[in-house]
Amino acid sequence: MTTATTSLTRRSNRFAYVLIAPAALCFALFLAIPILYAIFISFRREIVVGLGLGEGGRTEIWAGLGNYTAVLSDPEFLASAGRVLLYGCVLVPVMLGLALLFALLLDSRRARVRSFARIAIFLPYAVPAVISSVLWGFLYLPGTSPFHHIADALGGGLPDVLSPSLVLLAIANIGIWGGTGFNMVVLYTSLKSVPSELYEAATLDGCTEIQIATRIKVPMILPSLIMTAVFSIIATLQVFAEPMLLRPLTNSISTTWSPLMRIYRDAFIQNDIYIASAGSVLVALATFVISFGFLRLVRGQAFAQEER
Amino acid sequence: MPRASSPRMSQGPSRRRFLTTGAALTSAALAGPALTGCGATSGGTPIELTFWTWAPGIEDVVDLWNQQNPDVQVVVSRQDAGDAAVTKLLTAVRAGNGAPDVVQAEYQAITSLASADAIADISADLTPQTRDRFAEGIWSNVNLQGESIYAIPQDTGPLQFYYRADVFEELGLSAPETWDDYAEAARTINAADPEMFLGTFSNADPGLFVGLAQQAGASWWQIDGEHWSVAIDEEPTQRVARFWGELVEEGVIDNEPMYTPQWNTALNNGTQVGWVSAVWAPGVLSGNAGSTEGNWQMAPLPQWEAGEEATGNWGGSSTAVTTQTRHRDAAVRFAEWLNTSTDAVQALVTESGVFPADQVESEQALTEPPEFFSHQEDFYELSTSNAESVRPFTFGPNVNVTYSLFNDAFAQATQSRSAEAFTDAITTLQEGTVADLENQGYVLS
Repeated sequence: MTTATTSLTRRSNRFAYVLIAPAALCFALFLAIPILYAIFISFRREIVVGLGLGEGGRTEIWAGLGNYTAVLSDPEFLASAGRVLLYGCVLVPVMLGLALLFALLLDSRRARVRSFARIAIFLPYAVPAVISSVLWGFLYLPGTSPFHHIADALGGGLPDVLSPSLVLLAIANIGIWGGTGFNMVVLYTSLKSVPSELYEAATLDGCTEIQIATRIKVPMILPSLIMTAVFSIIATLQVFAEPMLLRPLTNSISTTWSPLMRIYRDAFIQNDIYIASAGSVLVALATFVISFGFLRLVRGQAFAQEER
Repeated sequence: MPRASSPRMSQGPSRRRFLTTGAALTSAALAGPALTGCGATSGGTPIELTFWTWAPGIEDVVDLWNQQNPDVQVVVSRQDAGDAAVTKLLTAVRAGNGAPDVVQAEYQAITSLASADAIADISADLTPQTRDRFAEGIWSNVNLQGESIYAIPQDTGPLQFYYRADVFEELGLSAPETWDDYAEAARTINAADPEMFLGTFSNADPGLFVGLAQQAGASWWQIDGEHWSVAIDEEPTQRVARFWGELVEEGVIDNEPMYTPQWNTALNNGTQVGWVSAVWAPGVLSGNAGSTEGNWQMAPLPQWEAGEEATGNWGGSSTAVTTQTRHRDAAVRFAEWLNTSTDAVQALVTESGVFPADQVESEQALTEPPEFFSHQEDFYELSTSNAESVRPFTFGPNVNVTYSLFNDAFAQATQSRSAEAFTDAITTLQEGTVADLENQGYVLS
């Protein structure tokens, strides 16, 4: 009897392995192996022999932590990290604040043309970042911007938002424009799942709309708010398309404006995949640390309801 | 790259997303070559050569070859121009397969490609007369280390000066013969209208600056025996940087990048009335400044000393044979035919609209002036004589590093509008280029 059970278990185990094999294979081929390889080559480098021309002109050797120290000791890399942190400090609160505000407004009982408003706010998200950056680029350049034309016609002047002091806000604006709608939909959807008895009870107790919003709705959707914040932080650290596409339009954005732009330059302009891999590993680590740090910080609030 | 929160992130477990972040770029580079595999067949069937190129209309030119050579069939594989094609080729070489047989290569990329062992030294397979068909300045870009030849020039971009003849006439100016004349013209134009400029100094175009330094007599890299040397921070380049820095500081030359919507607007509305550019400029002007048709005139590049005849090169490309090809003979034969035969050069002019590097064939091929310059009968005659006076220049193995240093250093310099920042930027280029070479293990002389 024992043998029968074991063989049955074994057979069903074997079947389970067959079932997970495709997923495991894909994971290994397209995620695990490339990641391990990236980590491997981040400890390697290539050196040349003589003039470095022709066959045998280059050999690959161990670099130890050389690539990492090179990246970390580059003042430009640290400056790009600083810029991106500042960018995140502008983008995340403004974008989520607007998304929350719009979600609450749409959810309020007095809202009109609800579905139209929802689609209108969501629509920018459907525009690829590449296209929205080009569109905003036209609007920013004093020579092509209708805003500048109108301001000039009225005798006033507008500041050049692509100047070094304002360009960070110009880039953040594109992110806010594109990301608010998506976050609003996430928050609005979770507002819809709040049981309406809560609102009825609150109204009977004499709560105003604003009190319902701040005392009931916001606490109820806090887990969603935290989730959108984590995703926004991750997206912030990966900012790439917007500065990359605005760069040719202005002197204010360098080729290493954000860490990912630097990795791109190293890998695909300077063809140094070794140092680019080291940079990628560092950005991945920073993403881990910041995201988990944030989650740990807010864990109490995030899962309070679920534990109750 | 995803921007603020994409739905993809919320679907999968977030850990997976974190892991992908780091390796995304690398894994993309790794996945590439495996999918682009292609092989040449051999045996009884005709030889098949794959040709990576981005020239417009090149298929029609290749068809001519395929009709004349049933035993060697060339298949065109369209690529993105410039750095993208270089990266793809280097990836294929690193992977050990997937490279084509023949590639289009920009002049500044040839040394990098040779140094990565991506393109082959074809000096032994070339017909001896091939060399005599090209100007010395262009040949110096494909001929390294004395004997080695890594590509056959296809088209070139001799620098020349484009200006709005109507504006010049109105202000009593004539085409500048020297750079001093150019500076004077820039001042006159800006004095007539403070919104109007004779040109702009663009941090986005290192290729143009290299051409200007080339005209002044610079060669940023040199081979001394078995060692490379870097000669950026020297008199000729410093002279060019100081000249433009002073004009930008004075405010008579603009400091915004070229090839932006704003620059197009300025060309169209007549606030940019001149352009130091190359022979291919008519195509750009007709696309970006269509409303000014008939007002432009082309002249040779202003000289440092009156009476000199020197210019630089901006753009153009060559045809190289890869080290991975199994049919080097056939590949070299095709590359030679493409760039030096009467049929192909004629077809390159009519189908691809290029300015051929081959001086023997180009004379018959270039008869009509480009459409946007139909009023200037001697356009190609003048361009051909400009092409002959392109000075030699050697590109080193880390041009891309130097070019991105240029982008950043001159972004700051143009922003600060100071001549001193311009000459400092040249020192930055020299130091950065040397540091990178030494870091790669080169012993410099």
